[in-house]
Amino acid sequence: MKKLLLGNAAVAQGAYEAGVRFVSSYPGTPSTEITEIIATYPEDEVYCEWAPNEKVAAEAVIGAAIAGGRAMTCCKHVGLNVMADPVFTDSYIGVNGGAVFCVADDPGMHSSQNEQDSRHYAKASKIPMLEPSDSLECKEFTRMAFDLSEQYDTPVFVRLSTRVSHSQSLVEIGERKEIPLKDYKKDIPKNVMMPAMAIKRHVVVEERTDKLIKFAEDTPLNKIENNGSKIGVITNGISYEYSREALGDKVNYFKLGLVWPLPVNSLKEFAEKCDEVYVIEELDPFIEEHCRAIGIKVHGKECFTLLGEYTPAMIKKAVLGEDSAEFTGINEEIPARPPVLCPGCPHRGTFYVLSKLGLTVSGDIGCYTLGAVAPLSSVDTTICMGASISASHGMAKVRGKEFNSKLVSVIGDSTFMHSGITGLSDIVYNKGANTVIILDNSITGMTGHQDNPTTGKTIRGEATKQVDLIKLCKALGIEHVTVADPFDVKNFEAVVKEETARDEVSVIIAQRPCALLKTVKYTGHCEISDKCRKCKMCMKLGCPAISVDKNGNVSIDVTQCNGCGLCIGVCPFGAIEKKD
Amino acid sequence: MSKTTNIMIVGVGGQGTLLASRILGNCVIGEGFDVKVSEVHGMSQRGGSVVTYVKYGEKVWSPIIDKGEADIILAFELLEAYRALPYLKSGGKIIVNDQKINPMPVITGVKEYPADILGKLKSSVNVTSLDALSLAKQAGSIKAVNVVLMGVMAKNTSIPYEKWVETVKDTVPPKFLEVNLKAFETGYNL
Ligand SMILES: Cc1ncc(C[n+]2csc(CCOP(=O)(O)OP(=O)(O)O)c2C)c(N)n1
Repeated sequence: MKKLLLGNAAVAQGAYEAGVRFVSSYPGTPSTEITEIIATYPEDEVYCEWAPNEKVAAEAVIGAAIAGGRAMTCCKHVGLNVMADPVFTDSYIGVNGGAVFCVADDPGMHSSQNEQDSRHYAKASKIPMLEPSDSLECKEFTRMAFDLSEQYDTPVFVRLSTRVSHSQSLVEIGERKEIPLKDYKKDIPKNVMMPAMAIKRHVVVEERTDKLIKFAEDTPLNKIENNGSKIGVITNGISYEYSREALGDKVNYFKLGLVWPLPVNSLKEFAEKCDEVYVIEELDPFIEEHCRAIGIKVHGKECFTLLGEYTPAMIKKAVLGEDSAEFTGINEEIPARPPVLCPGCPHRGTFYVLSKLGLTVSGDIGCYTLGAVAPLSSVDTTICMGASISASHGMAKVRGKEFNSKLVSVIGDSTFMHSGITGLSDIVYNKGANTVIILDNSITGMTGHQDNPTTGKTIRGEATKQVDLIKLCKALGIEHVTVADPFDVKNFEAVVKEETARDEVSVIIAQRPCALLKTVKYTGHCEISDKCRKCKMCMKLGCPAISVDKNGNVSIDVTQCNGCGLCIGVCPFGAIEKKD
Repeated sequence: MSKTTNIMIVGVGGQGTLLASRILGNCVIGEGFDVKVSEVHGMSQRGGSVVTYVKYGEKVWSPIIDKGEADIILAFELLEAYRALPYLKSGGKIIVNDQKINPMPVITGVKEYPADILGKLKSSVNVTSLDALSLAKQAGSIKAVNVVLMGVMAKNTSIPYEKWVETVKDTVPPKFLEVNLKAFETGYNL
């Protein structure tokens, strides 16, 4: 049976068919759906969970594999930074049951804070990396990754990119193959990585790489398509689909499905038959540098770009010199439509207050990063998950008490569990006096509503123990922990003032659930009455439902407003009313 | 190159463009075509511009559509239709819901919402505009805007009416089926 599947759904299906038993991940666009789909498979076949962060997920997967079961973790490109530590050493340990690390890059940064190229990790950790270019290959490559892992005693990367993860194409659905657990045997030289053992395992890793390079020369993961042309194209992933569309049969293709290690002889042979060779790959010149290193003359980044995504039109122009299709231009400036906090978003109340008080805000990653967007323009810094707390520690230490009294960190509930706790303990331990606001909207919002250790539910929706944020903060040594509703702006403002003034570390838990949760039921909508004095206080909320015309008249768009009522409390003249 | 039918669906995050592209994709496979649907998830869904592509034909390679290559642009909002204009193939068609949703730069008064977008579109390309919001309301739910628009688009493809109805039935939860079928018909018979 053929089905239209997202690349991510196809990865899940491939893992399922390969008999995967254990999946642990932390969400991250564009990888999230893989694990969500795995959670729909029967529980007695696949155990599946959200871990608090990628490092924990990867370690759990490594343990499951050592214990003899096939296991997988999925993350976005920056998630691989978080899990890099166990990954590099697992390269030495190898596996017992197959282990797959699936990582999704985001060229074009549709939903990310940087544009790193994960292929460097494969080379650096000496772990083979497969890269599919459509959904069918997503399924097949994931299945093969498990076999390869066991065959070469190594974890295996599957690299995706946004366009592969989030495009649907046709996939033949197969049956699950039950793979029995491998025997577990205590094996200190292989599984305990201390110097004496690791020195010997490094030798094994280098021998394995030699074998994998031989494998790369004629694996069916790599495909040569000879169209009798004098132009050759070496490509991978989504760039193959773009090239195929742009160049058709006019060139020969060397499509790399195994992006590390790369073959040597077969690439040389391919190049020898061509007058011109182009390397077509998004992001870094990874394949290009390999080609140059083995003496193949290629055109690469000088014809393309290091930035963002490629397109078929760009490739057509660079290789064939042909212009793209004609199109109708627009000769006026079109206002951009950046993402904004949703109507009813609890974070809006928090940022309204922080902005009003003119505080320096050490920000973090989540929906609340949008607190940086005008008119709230509240967030000062965003680095990576968890950095809000630790960075504010550094800020306070170099700039002193005065600065600290106007400084807060904001961090979401999921992000706090991911990597905020360690930063907070740093502040307490090292006698800081920062104020940290945990934005507890009862869910992992940004990536589309995943449960986490603070929500009281597992990935399969079962009730479980819920982290008590108040007790947790107290256990770290923080005496002042206050829970406040960010939609009660007066009280929230008073709490923020009091806690920032305090010369001790304090935590404010801003508690109000995400407006998109099914359990949250705002009804009706708000309306501006004739009491309005056009003071535009409500405009400071940056609510997409409220706008002002040229004459200063404020109105509320009923199709956008969900009746959350935040604006009612902000209006100094009582001019906003709730209607059914 | 490969001859494919290219449909671009544009709108504002939260308007239901994703569901529309999925209905379309599923409708097309039943007809024996190769098909690719390219979606966006994550950040831009939070009220930002959202673009999805549906391509079908004998063989589809790239899941994305370049400028000048869309046969149909189905726009859920006026400004987004305007933004997508360069993607239209010469001789292509724009179907646009004439709803306006102000983007944040307009709300804050930094930028102006371009005037008379519909007039500008109509002066250069083939446009069908409709008030899908009111039509959806008439059909029974303002949430069915996307299905009204699907109905208009369906009329502009070679796929038979029955096939569309069948796909809507397969994709929409039973509770909302009646409203959605009515919404689809309203669009189809416009
Ligand atoms: C290392 C890393 N992993 C995953 C992500 C993807 N990601 C961005 S924000 C976020 C979670 C946000 O949840 P929360 O902190 O609860 O805030 P909310 O979005 O609900 O406001 C995730 C998983 C990331 N950016 N970096």
